[in-house]
Amino acid sequence: MATLQDFKTEEKSWWCPGCGDFGVLAAMQKALVAVGAEPRTTAIVAGIGCSGKLGNYINSYNIHVTHGRTLPAALGLKLANRDLLVLAAGGDGDAYAIGMGHFMHALRRNVNVTYIVMDNHVYGLTKGQTSPTSESGFKTKTTPKGSIDRPVHPLMLAVSAGATFVAQGFSSWQPQLARLIQQGIQHPGFALINVISPCVTYNKVNTYDWYKKTLLNLDDDPSYNPHSRPEALARLDATDELVTGLIYQEESEPYETQIAGFRDTPLVAQDWHVDNATWNQILKSFE
Amino acid sequence: MIAWKIGGEQGEGIDSTGDVLSTVANRMGYFVYGYKHFSSRIKGGHTTYKVRISASRVEAATEHTDILVALNQETIAKHAGELDGGFLLADTAFKPVLPDHVNATLIALPLADMAKSHGSILMRNMVAVGASAALINLPTEPFLAYIESKFKAKGDSIVAANQSALLNGYQHIRQEYPNFSSLTLPPPTPGDRLVLTGNDALALGALAGGCRIMCGYPITPATDIMESLSKWFPLVGGVVVQMEDELGSITACIGAGYGGARAMTATSGPGFSLMQEGIGLASMAEIPVIIVDTQRSGPSTGMPTKPEQSDLMAMIYGGHGDGPRVVLAPSSPEETFEDGYQAFNIADILQTPVIIATDLALALWSQTVERSALDGPSVPIDRGATVTADELRALGDSVFLRYAITADHISPRALPGTANGQHLATGVEHQPNGKVSEDPVNRSRMMDKRLAKLAKVHEMRPGIKWEGPADADLVMLAIGSTVGAIREAKEILVAEGYRVAISWLRTLSPFPTAEFRQAFAQARKILIVEQNATGQLALLMRQAGVFDPLRCEQLLKYDGVQFFPSEIVSRARPLLTQYAEVTH
Repeated sequence: MATLQDFKTEEKSWWCPGCGDFGVLAAMQKALVAVGAEPRTTAIVAGIGCSGKLGNYINSYNIHVTHGRTLPAALGLKLANRDLLVLAAGGDGDAYAIGMGHFMHALRRNVNVTYIVMDNHVYGLTKGQTSPTSESGFKTKTTPKGSIDRPVHPLMLAVSAGATFVAQGFSSWQPQLARLIQQGIQHPGFALINVISPCVTYNKVNTYDWYKKTLLNLDDDPSYNPHSRPEALARLDATDELVTGLIYQEESEPYETQIAGFRDTPLVAQDWHVDNATWNQILKSFE
Repeated sequence: MIAWKIGGEQGEGIDSTGDVLSTVANRMGYFVYGYKHFSSRIKGGHTTYKVRISASRVEAATEHTDILVALNQETIAKHAGELDGGFLLADTAFKPVLPDHVNATLIALPLADMAKSHGSILMRNMVAVGASAALINLPTEPFLAYIESKFKAKGDSIVAANQSALLNGYQHIRQEYPNFSSLTLPPPTPGDRLVLTGNDALALGALAGGCRIMCGYPITPATDIMESLSKWFPLVGGVVVQMEDELGSITACIGAGYGGARAMTATSGPGFSLMQEGIGLASMAEIPVIIVDTQRSGPSTGMPTKPEQSDLMAMIYGGHGDGPRVVLAPSSPEETFEDGYQAFNIADILQTPVIIATDLALALWSQTVERSALDGPSVPIDRGATVTADELRALGDSVFLRYAITADHISPRALPGTANGQHLATGVEHQPNGKVSEDPVNRSRMMDKRLAKLAKVHEMRPGIKWEGPADADLVMLAIGSTVGAIREAKEILVAEGYRVAISWLRTLSPFPTAEFRQAFAQARKILIVEQNATGQLALLMRQAGVFDPLRCEQLLKYDGVQFFPSEIVSRARPLLTQYAEVTH
């Protein structure tokens, strides 16, 4: 049984002191231990940005891809070896700007991958520009008079797009965040966990204190039913998505179990030679 | 050799008519080459399908037509000029007129009415095939047998109706025109042969080579590959994913390649442009991935249904930074099959993206291929160097070095799932342990390693091919579908008494410089024949230092029409004559 220590590396972090991403990393490691994962069968696909450095700090198989493309890579990796526990991680720019096209289609494809978005409402690594989740009026170097774009609402989008598991956590609220990631991993399908992960350097508006005052914890509301799409959408709309907890989950059959002829043995472990009977059957159409 | 062509509106069953003729001729033991003219629309618009039938291998287009089946006057207006003493078979329904300047025999017959008398106007094409068979002097039995096997599932009455429609067309010619001396073909050489396109061959090669994941986005002329694998993969446990775009397609394949499976994507120019970032990632992170570029006329949307060979620079040098990759160039369905499986071995052994450069004509046009050339079950599968569980266990507390510096520049992989092999694979410059590094010494070593390992591809396959005398007065050089055209041009020139050879590149990158230099050492003149406006193949030769301006001549074509052997002969003949005058 792997311990927390097993999922750590010696690598010194490049993140700023106080960055929310430390909390996301810690919660991921806790969740991996909680689900009984092993480093050798855990694979993490990371995107570009501060969040993308995650793979340096977690002992597992890690692939760090191009900006916005974590989800296609995670899909391919899961199909190559369905025994792997595949996590994808990226920032709000990676997920909801350059990777938005993949995001929407990953939701409707429902491959068994857990997607953790480290959302700080700002572009950090490029040193402070507006992000798709930045609020209107947010002032940055590219929006000196305040952003005139309206922010995306990733959670409502996800619920509408066919997501089977949608949750939001806050990097400071470790027990809940670790539990949500654990639930996401255990969900048989695509799980989105948007994590509020404050940027202490470039976002002086949406700070830890601001979130602690603003966020509504759904765990405190026993009347909330996370299995109703209309209720999820209504609550997200009413709170401007400033909620944490399990927002929506439905019965789910993952993509890989629905593929015709797809085998239980991982592709990577199969013998790839084609047998004569199959080959001759295929060639028949060219006679 | 017979050249048969049918013309009409798209959606009128033109393709299926051509398929009947080529399938039956192939089954009889003839060699066929079938190609079409089509446009980027679903229905309507002029289209033609041409089939060349020969007693020996045929693999190029021709300007000449022996039998033209016209379903409308537009076909006559556009193509009757190709007839020179041949037959124009036309439907009386549109009152066909043979233009004055055309030397051909007009055979007007009520194709539509005859078809209707057998139950449906749809069988007009069967009547035309029957009439064509009579003109070529082919027996009807193989056609009747084909119809039976093709329509068996639809019921006896459908089989019988199609058969009688075909016989009706055949007998009509025999009875109404008993005095026509029909065209004749030499006797066929029966064999075990198939008719397939380059796309078919590619999909077969990939399947045989262990490809089990195909992630793509539909695009002309690559889509058939995805469609074929969608049909076949359920038989072998594979999966085709229709992605949201080409960025996703290549990245999903890279994810799969990292996982240790064999994955590929297939696209054409516009999709290939989008895949450049992924190719860079795979090159940098040393992850195997296969990309097929069925080149078409560009840039931008260009002419989506027209052939061109103008993505060479994009394939070899595309994307930012120095991103080493291997580019293979098949020129026939057989070579496409071979590259289709070999690309996966190369990619796994060299841990790099491998691009297969085909083109629209190679991808889509069908031709006769010996079944023995497609021995899928016995193709070699080499997954490349991986570290064993024992080696990883022996590491103890040390970290596995994913990008270890080795003598052959190849660092054995640890596939996800292997204990103690955990590491980071990244598109960021990295140290041997995979962790990010901006150290200048490390950077140079890593770039050198990624570049140097590719040379090994030349030990795995020939970089160039050659047919003819090494000291030919003229060697014609091409790639892809153009090779069929230079081969036929060579036959014409050899028949005229010239000393001619042909050569084609099998590996475009890394360029097979040493092999090239050696092969071309004695050739007196070199004609580089390529289908693009900027001479991209010649540019590759210049870059490799093997373009000799005193010996090299170029023939470029970029009008969207594939090369005809005749136009290559016209360009080559003066070079030979001119040369002969100097030497003799």
